Amino acid sequence: MSVLQSLDLRRRSASPEPPPPAGKAPAVEVAKLIDVSKCIGCKACQAACLEWNQLDQPIGYTDGTYNNPTDLTPASFTVMRFTEYEHGDDFEWLIRKDGCMHCADPGCLKACPAPGAIVQYTNGIVDFVSDNCIGCGYCVKGCPFNIPRISKTDSKAYKCTLCSDRVVVGQAPACAKACPTQAIYFGTKADMTAHAGKRIEDLKSRGFQNAGLYDPPGVGGTHVMYVLHHADRPSLYAGLPDNPRISPLVGVWKGMLKPISLAAIAFAGVFGLVHYVTRGPNRVTEHDEEEAAALEKQKGA
Amino acid sequence: MTVEAKPVSRYTTAARINHWITAISLILLALSGLALFHPWLFGLTALFGGGQLTRMLHPWIGVVLAVSFLGLFLRFFTLNFWKREDTVWMKNLGSVINNKEEGLPELGKYNAGQKLVFWGQSILILLLFCSGLVLWDTYFADATSVDQKRLAAVVHALCAIGAILIWIVHVYAAIWVKGTLRAMTRGSVTGGWAWKHHRKWFRQEVGKP
Repeated sequence: MSVLQSLDLRRRSASPEPPPPAGKAPAVEVAKLIDVSKCIGCKACQAACLEWNQLDQPIGYTDGTYNNPTDLTPASFTVMRFTEYEHGDDFEWLIRKDGCMHCADPGCLKACPAPGAIVQYTNGIVDFVSDNCIGCGYCVKGCPFNIPRISKTDSKAYKCTLCSDRVVVGQAPACAKACPTQAIYFGTKADMTAHAGKRIEDLKSRGFQNAGLYDPPGVGGTHVMYVLHHADRPSLYAGLPDNPRISPLVGVWKGMLKPISLAAIAFAGVFGLVHYVTRGPNRVTEHDEEEAAALEKQKGA
Repeated sequence: MTVEAKPVSRYTTAARINHWITAISLILLALSGLALFHPWLFGLTALFGGGQLTRMLHPWIGVVLAVSFLGLFLRFFTLNFWKREDTVWMKNLGSVINNKEEGLPELGKYNAGQKLVFWGQSILILLLFCSGLVLWDTYFADATSVDQKRLAAVVHALCAIGAILIWIVHVYAAIWVKGTLRAMTRGSVTGGWAWKHHRKWFRQEVGKP
């Protein structure tokens, strides 16, 4: 939503890497830990998100499920996704709070063509800077989690900010603050990983042998992590990607294609210049004109 | 004392207007497209009134190009079918580049290089138009999957670079081969030019009343 001057940048879209801030202690990496096993699906996080970010999500329709709104929108940075998981005689209601994962290697930032429209702070938060956003939708193509949404009103991309404006003043994100069961924790990434370890141990003792932490290495880890009872099958949770990574197509498009293309164009230009200088122009000779005139005369006669 | 041949008509006024609409829209598309392709060139968005306007205008200029190029295609495709002399011409491309055209077969209205430019741009503009629609999120965001959009982005970029390279060849050829440009400005070429470069075509044209 905005550039927070008091947060230093690690990365800036379509820009050279910013130099590390001078004379400052290294930033502490933050993370939000969502413990899916403790979520009761109350949507207090959704309400808190709308309130803190002053978002106006118009009343829509219900599709008959608890998914409401049915998808992320430019005004809904987070939604609860409800999955009914039946296996044998057992039934589980899996509720996942969906939203930006704040990847350490953000596909949106990599894909963005507008300088400074997407930034990553040194604490790991990935933020969209609306002033610089041109609404091209490349971030949507770069994201492995299907998160950014383009507003039809102002043609700019929106997503969870991890409440960067709260974090900068030492507050937890609004969703974590509002959660009544403390299913959402916020702290340093190291603390959150350690805490997740205890929760996973507890879940395993209760019969969830495959409980684990979702911190996918394919995107360099994330600054929003999940504790899952079925960490061996993340896709159970409303299609959470099993092994997310930036699409290789985006890698080609935003990687080698850029320098190779400019080099090819430059080469073509230089080749033309060298050719003109060494071989010279191709001119019609007087002899050609005479031959042409002779033919005209012959045909005209 | 040189005997001057009469100018030979090469393009009608309508064809030239059609060409220049295509040319201007292609240049604008290249500038706005490159602005969104490489961060070094993002400054080109200033020519179009900023990033948002560049993003908004680019696809509409693409529609103009697609319609305009279709006009050129319909005008000229029958003149661009590959002939046996085109293969001979291509085999002697080295001589052509060295300004030694003597001894090459007589050519119709277009030589093999021009035909390759024609077919190359025809295929690339078709691919650019189709992939461009997939990327035109303002109207077609819901029509395709995100993986299709990613593929379209790569195809669009590759084809655009191909089209720009062909454009460079096309423009350079007009600079290199003197007497060519007036075909697209005034619509005619000198008899000598027609004799030298497109003798078979010239023989047909001279025969006409």
